[in-house]
Amino acid sequence: MVNTLIIAEMHEGKVRKSTHSAIHFARQLGVPFSILVLGPGSKAAAAEVTGFGAQKVLVADDASLANGLAEVVTPTIAQTAKSGGYDVVVVTASSFGKDIAPRIAAKLGAGYASDISGVKNESGKITYRRPVFAGNAYGICHITTPIQVVSVRQSEFSAAEPTGGSSPIESVQVAAQDPAVARVSFVSMETAKSERPDLGEARVIVAGGRAVKEQFSALLDPLANLLSAAVGASRAACDAGYASPELQVGQTGRVVAPQLYIAIGISGAIQHLAGMKSSKTIVAINKDPDAPIFQVADYGLVADLFQAVPELTAELKKHA
Amino acid sequence: MKILVPLKRVADPDNANKVKVNAGKLETTGLEWKPNPFDEYAVETALRLTENGANPKARLGEVVVVTFGAKDTETTLRSALATGADRAIRVDSTDDKLDGDLVARALKALVEKEKPDLVLCGKQAVDGDSNQVAQLLAEYLGWPQATFAGTIKSEDDKSLLVGREVDGGTIHLRVTLPAVVSVDLRIVAPKSVKSKHTADSHAYPDGVRFAALMAIMAAKKKPLVEVKLADLTSDVALKIAYTSFELPPARKAGIKVKSVSELVEKLKSEAKVL
Repeated sequence: MVNTLIIAEMHEGKVRKSTHSAIHFARQLGVPFSILVLGPGSKAAAAEVTGFGAQKVLVADDASLANGLAEVVTPTIAQTAKSGGYDVVVVTASSFGKDIAPRIAAKLGAGYASDISGVKNESGKITYRRPVFAGNAYGICHITTPIQVVSVRQSEFSAAEPTGGSSPIESVQVAAQDPAVARVSFVSMETAKSERPDLGEARVIVAGGRAVKEQFSALLDPLANLLSAAVGASRAACDAGYASPELQVGQTGRVVAPQLYIAIGISGAIQHLAGMKSSKTIVAINKDPDAPIFQVADYGLVADLFQAVPELTAELKKHA
Repeated sequence: MKILVPLKRVADPDNANKVKVNAGKLETTGLEWKPNPFDEYAVETALRLTENGANPKARLGEVVVVTFGAKDTETTLRSALATGADRAIRVDSTDDKLDGDLVARALKALVEKEKPDLVLCGKQAVDGDSNQVAQLLAEYLGWPQATFAGTIKSEDDKSLLVGREVDGGTIHLRVTLPAVVSVDLRIVAPKSVKSKHTADSHAYPDGVRFAALMAIMAAKKKPLVEVKLADLTSDVALKIAYTSFELPPARKAGIKVKSVSELVEKLKSEAKVL
């Protein structure tokens, strides 16, 4: 019997939408699942995930679990997994999930597979599919330990829809602190406030490369506004200071798979492709006809972006 | 400060020869090898923390590099020694007999012997892309961790102030040493690492340093020892097993459009995404 425990990701007192991808994964596994919500305010936040068909929504509403530090949350997650007899522990492959998942695995003596893009459950024998070599190949693997820990890709498991019903909410015990907790402290978090959708959740992403230069905002923002899109960037654009690092898409940065990805002045280095090539429709605008980005683009436009992008914005305005 | 840096040899991701899949198996013949880029950033970070940037030749700490592999992976260690690392250890094994968990357990034993103040890892190897050794090692040691570091400031080598690059921003953590830190690519920007030995105004060249020819020669004389995996851990069972590999689903061949209006037309009527 496989029983799955999903670790919800909290942000400012709410459950992050990335958690819905882990729920989608658990549904594909086709086994009962529960959701664990940790941190101050999790009792209230738990109500956000009671309509997804979980057996239970577990809460550890305790001030000591604030900020989601790996050393702090791991003992309670591991204790909950053990005492509840869960054999698959799931996080979303966000920076939060990837930070904590290996620690949970080590505490449980479990194997950990990251960035899962597919799963098969053949009468309890679970195999996972995960990208390797920056997505140039996929490995089919299984975890050999009784308890398994996985992180699942938000770009491959779309957000689960609620199914109705009302999962019971239960409190779980907060575990004793690890000694390591005394040697780590949260200092601050800097977030770029933006009215735009999150890169992981956006239906459309408008992304710029180094070729956009200082025109990054001036050129991309009107197009993004028109399409209610998130704005992304290549490493080169971030390194050159044209775009802020949290916009980076790729091996460093976010892995995304929107319905429409518009790559503007992006050459298409393998590290960038690793973060966006699962997008449904890819458009590339670049003046170099040999740029590697055209190899993954559904629609390529060889043009000077400084002319093509304002023209595209104007054209879409006409249709809006 | 004494720093241990684990290094992995990977297929050069920028080489035209990419990994191939043949009958469900990965084919690695003909690939060019190089140190994992994120591990090279970890070596650069370790060097910056153990020198005065204005006079990098004088070593003010110790950087020990370690790799897991057969004899031929020693070139990876020698290249790190040539850029300034002080000493190297090769744990004799091969990639097919290792996974992240086994490497972390072996590293734990090595850390207990070497007693470094800090273990600096690349955030992931660009072959397996697993992103787990640093976190596993920290838990096995009972040490604090700071993953995906984009900035590190040493506070008198007693604690580190680390800027972690996370989704949507940066989290600043303070970890008291000994600790495990994994680095992301912006750690090698000119002012990302502040050591106790270097003036805050000092700016490094962007990226990792290259070895001078003299240094490459000198690196051949630096200590490099071999350790048996069995001397570090008796449990060599793997927790993750790969049964086969496959190529990513092929994307339907794209088309070139001639104009912006044709592009908009296709996106509307063909792709139906507008």
